[in-house]
Amino acid sequence: MSTEENDVDIMKPPVPKPEAEPLIAIRDLKVHFKPTGRRSGVVKAVDGVTFDIFPGETLGLVGESGCGKSTLGRAILRLTEPTAGQVFYRNRDLADLSGRELRKHRRHLQVIFQDPYSSLNPRMTVGQIVGEPLETFRIASGKEAEQRVQELLETVGLSRRFIKRYPHEFSGGQRQRIGIARALAVDPDFIVADEPISALDVSIQAQILNLLEKLQREKNLTYLFISHDLRAIRHASDRVAVMYLGRLVEVANAETIYSDPLMPYTKALISAVPVPDPTIEATRRRIVLQGDVPSAINPPRGCRFHTRCPYAIEACREVVPPLVEIKPNHFAACIRISPEQPDIDKVAANEAPGLSAALEAANEAAIQ
Amino acid sequence: MTTSNGHLLEVRDLRTYFDTEDGEVKAVDGISFQLRRGETLGIVGESGSGKSVTNLSVIRLIPEPPGKIVSGEVLFNGVDILGLSEEEVRKIRGRRIAMIFQDPMTSLNPFMKVSRQLMEITQLHLGHSKNQAYAHAIKMLEKVGMPDALSRADSYPHEFSGGMRQRVMIAMALSCAPELLIADEPTTALDVTIQAQILELIKTLKQATGTSVILITHDLGVVAGMTDHVIVMYAGKVFEQATTKELFATPGNPYTKGLLRSVPDPVSDKGELYQIPGLPPDVAHLPAGCPFAPRCERAEEICSREFPPFVELTRDHYSLCHFAHEVYAESKTQAGG
Repeated sequence: MSTEENDVDIMKPPVPKPEAEPLIAIRDLKVHFKPTGRRSGVVKAVDGVTFDIFPGETLGLVGESGCGKSTLGRAILRLTEPTAGQVFYRNRDLADLSGRELRKHRRHLQVIFQDPYSSLNPRMTVGQIVGEPLETFRIASGKEAEQRVQELLETVGLSRRFIKRYPHEFSGGQRQRIGIARALAVDPDFIVADEPISALDVSIQAQILNLLEKLQREKNLTYLFISHDLRAIRHASDRVAVMYLGRLVEVANAETIYSDPLMPYTKALISAVPVPDPTIEATRRRIVLQGDVPSAINPPRGCRFHTRCPYAIEACREVVPPLVEIKPNHFAACIRISPEQPDIDKVAANEAPGLSAALEAANEAAIQ
Repeated sequence: MTTSNGHLLEVRDLRTYFDTEDGEVKAVDGISFQLRRGETLGIVGESGSGKSVTNLSVIRLIPEPPGKIVSGEVLFNGVDILGLSEEEVRKIRGRRIAMIFQDPMTSLNPFMKVSRQLMEITQLHLGHSKNQAYAHAIKMLEKVGMPDALSRADSYPHEFSGGMRQRVMIAMALSCAPELLIADEPTTALDVTIQAQILELIKTLKQATGTSVILITHDLGVVAGMTDHVIVMYAGKVFEQATTKELFATPGNPYTKGLLRSVPDPVSDKGELYQIPGLPPDVAHLPAGCPFAPRCERAEEICSREFPPFVELTRDHYSLCHFAHEVYAESKTQAGG
């Protein structure tokens, strides 16, 4: 107990948020890797990400493959070591915790993985898989643990009788339920759900989305919901953060991101999502982006999206756009818009109303 | 050699079974459909519904054993592909009927330059000389939007991104100007912005060449934007068949209705998502009666006892359901209101 109190003193408090205390606060988080093989350079998978996750909310993190969203999720849980930056959980910096301390806190932070086939040990029974965290964190053992495992299985919509069965006896959706039961075993506050429905059939995806929502209501969970599927993200999330090549480019309410995206990348991403309605599909104008996502090794200078952006001007190649609150609670990283002129289509060619704010931010960063 | 009704492809009562440890699996069990020239047909279904096996049967690529095309006809320009010799099929496959698969990395040879893989096809099927084939390969790569095609043609597959590899696959598939292109989940492995590029490309090329397309997908959004007709498969059977517009507006089958309702709609408000209860069927052990009955919210006693009829709702709209007319009428009222 005493060590816990001591911890509080050592911890640097995060930037205080006026309205509510965030459950998770991420500050300038960076995860850099050495590329595999003989290639030189650094893979900047996550490169200076700052955001808060508030208690009881679902924050959707969306982006294309290679944008760093999974790495970010793993770095928050320290399943991958961050290179720099802080992750505060209830005001404690997780990045500073030693192994033993970290383990104690990790109980409150859990993860659900994408692939229900490879994330369950094939040689363990469902009872052992779901019961293992109970033993690890010394929450329950023996008969009591078994009882709890059975309750957990029922909570996620599986039969109590499954306790002696092995993962291969289950379908993808059922396995994902087992993974969820395992995450819930230790009564966490916060769950990183990394593409939890991507490997599942359409009819099963809806079941898992509904289950996650039900559990959130019943257990007051907070989720970081990582997905490339904008339809699922829109449905499951309260707020959405859009990631591109290691950086956040837009953060807003889920409805707003859809109805009123500000940043050109978000606009393109949303327009690329096929809508299950032939009449809409036949008439709507789709922004088709040219080219591929550039490599995270030596990413483009300036705005990382400028190589594919139909709105890019000369300054976009040089200036790194900061995440600016363009509208209330709606943040976007683009120098071609500003709080005064949030609509990029109304900005005159070659104008960059957000440029001065970007330069200021760059100066501040340089001084620090 | 065209059939009198102008169909490029007509599949009649196709049955493809597999021998497994679990017993005989009727992966495709009495499928019939037609494809008109220049049309795009979507085949929708979840895993195990038989949508891929249907198309592998059409081009006779079912591994035998354990698989076996038990019965049926696949009339391509009026000729039954199932009755042809292996050699005759090989002349059609790749030349008149071409395929694109989900994973472009595993369908390309990693040890061969992309140009050589493209050249092989036209050298074989069109009798091109090396020079002709090379020129044609470059032309095809340019057609599918490969930037800098001339200098990149001699690269190996691993040097391309997923989207570019899929473009190479499309270039290969279209290099003999096939009459039919079968695309099996062509964009499932790709990111949304790349998916948009590839779908746009397939659309443009289809318009330019008049190729008919069968698009297999689990994504109802892709179906809505790309196809003229749709068939919905479940447990090896066609559950519903209609024009795309009609299927989305007034579905006549409870399974289709459930599928459509379970996709999150980005435009509408959130709230609990409709979910089809239960699990996809185990095709090796299908229940008696309608295979969807255990998951169907409007199933009645007859559904678990008798196999449902394939009901004609309108001239182009069929549904496999005991209550097809009722379901269709409900959809009509919902669409009207």
